[in-house]
Amino acid sequence: MYMKQLSVFMENREGRLEEVLAVLKNNKVNIASLSLADTNEFGILRMLVNKPEAAYNALKSNGFSSRLTDVLAVRLSHRVGMLQELLEAICEVHINIEYMYALSTGGDDASMVLKTSDLETTEKTLRDKGVEIITPEEIGLDFD
Amino acid sequence: MIWNETKECMSRDEKIVLQSARLVKTVDRVYHNVPFYRKKMQSIGIEPGDIRGVEDLHILPFTTKADLRDNYPFGLFAVPQSEIVRVHASSGTTGKATVVGYTRKDLEIWSECVARALIMAGVTRNDIIQVAYGYGLFTGGLGAHGGAEKLGATVVPMSTGNTKKLTTMMVDFGVTAIACTPSYLLHIAETLEESGEIDKIRLKTAVCGAEPWTENMRRQMEERLHIHAHDIYGLSEVMGPGVACDCEFHQGLHVYDDHFLPEIIQPDTLEAVEDGETGELVFTTITKEGLPLLRYRTRDLTSITYETCECGRTLPRISRFKGRSDDMLIIRGVNVFPSQIESALLEMGETTPHYMMIVDRVNNLDTLEVQVEVGENFFSDEIRELEKLTKKISHVLQQAIGLAVKVKLVEPKSIERSMGKAVHVIDKRHLV
Repeated sequence: MYMKQLSVFMENREGRLEEVLAVLKNNKVNIASLSLADTNEFGILRMLVNKPEAAYNALKSNGFSSRLTDVLAVRLSHRVGMLQELLEAICEVHINIEYMYALSTGGDDASMVLKTSDLETTEKTLRDKGVEIITPEEIGLDFD
Repeated sequence: MIWNETKECMSRDEKIVLQSARLVKTVDRVYHNVPFYRKKMQSIGIEPGDIRGVEDLHILPFTTKADLRDNYPFGLFAVPQSEIVRVHASSGTTGKATVVGYTRKDLEIWSECVARALIMAGVTRNDIIQVAYGYGLFTGGLGAHGGAEKLGATVVPMSTGNTKKLTTMMVDFGVTAIACTPSYLLHIAETLEESGEIDKIRLKTAVCGAEPWTENMRRQMEERLHIHAHDIYGLSEVMGPGVACDCEFHQGLHVYDDHFLPEIIQPDTLEAVEDGETGELVFTTITKEGLPLLRYRTRDLTSITYETCECGRTLPRISRFKGRSDDMLIIRGVNVFPSQIESALLEMGETTPHYMMIVDRVNNLDTLEVQVEVGENFFSDEIRELEKLTKKISHVLQQAIGLAVKVKLVEPKSIERSMGKAVHVIDKRHLV
């Protein structure tokens, strides 16, 4: 079960992030998690939001280049070495991690959002290892 | 000093007689040897016999850069290919180069014109001159080289690309003159200042051209390098560097009008403007054999005066260029049209057609940044993909215009949409 992640292209200059967030606020979009990848000149804002489709359309009509991408969200128990074990499993099947960031679920465990070169195999590999895959419903996504 | 006093100080009346005889011959030759001109003249109902002298120049058809492109590569040559001893080429607007050809006599006249310019700038046979224009298809290097040899100076054919070697040789050889683009000379000055060699040079003259520059730049280079800097003008279609140059009085550039007949026209109406009024410079070559051109529209905006100069030359003088009647940019001596960028981007098909060219001068070198909008269809949420795209666009543009281009991805709609003619260029160099 994949999550729909919302990504937005932004120039790396003052005020741009605020403008994106203003569009989301005006459309009553709630952000569950976000990560900002930046280069010298541009950045990519990646978010899990409660209404990905609506958020995407709102950004589009406000002139932003954005897209919805499938990502995997996994729940990890809060112990030393857990993340390393997860990555080890992914490495073993020769999958590259494009990016990852933390997801706050409010519980005691640590959750991660993952984008890999092969999501399907990643999901299967992790399930086989007994890693729990988080569904959108679980963290209140896709619901108002 | 004056290289060819007979021609450069000739009275106006004598000059007109000479020009008329040469024009009549040229018209006759192109009519009979170049189908393009024959058709063009026939279509407006004129024959070579209708041209009796310079007073009839205005009835001849114009020639444009597009005509050269349409007749690529050798279609406008007026002699058999066996008579052509050299070709040069400059980048064209649609990827095809503009090709020009020279007979042996053309090369002799070219080097004479450059020799006249060099001596006008104070260079003599006792000088050691570094030619630091690019050698190759570009007319700058070999053109300046030929003139400097004709003059009898000691020529160091540096070309461009290795400034450290240039400055080292400038010091070690005791170089006294240099021919290069004005922006490159300022870069050289900076290199010399940084290395502490600025006091060790013996440079006294610079002959700069191939790109527009200002009085302010002249003052800067004269003060920093303790030299006299002269402006040399030319374009490959007409010949190359050496069509005009300014003397020690710097009151405009002397045009060698015994070889190149200048006219100044109103770009819209194509009518002649009064002397002293600004318009588009048009040249008719009246001695060229390989590629004679009738009324070639340079697109350069200037004005002309026929008053005798303090230096004694009767050659007409054109003022510093006031811009162009088209959208061509000269960046590091390379001719660039926004349409080249546009068609290259469209061909890639991965970007929106909206782009902005930012031309600037950093450390005295021209830079070109092209901003391209990241449309939704090619927005990837992976940095790696976007950087790959940036590199790809930059490579495609460099192939198209022959200049290194910095590509910057910008947000959709961030490039201003214009209601009228789209603005595609921001030139921050403040040259005009």
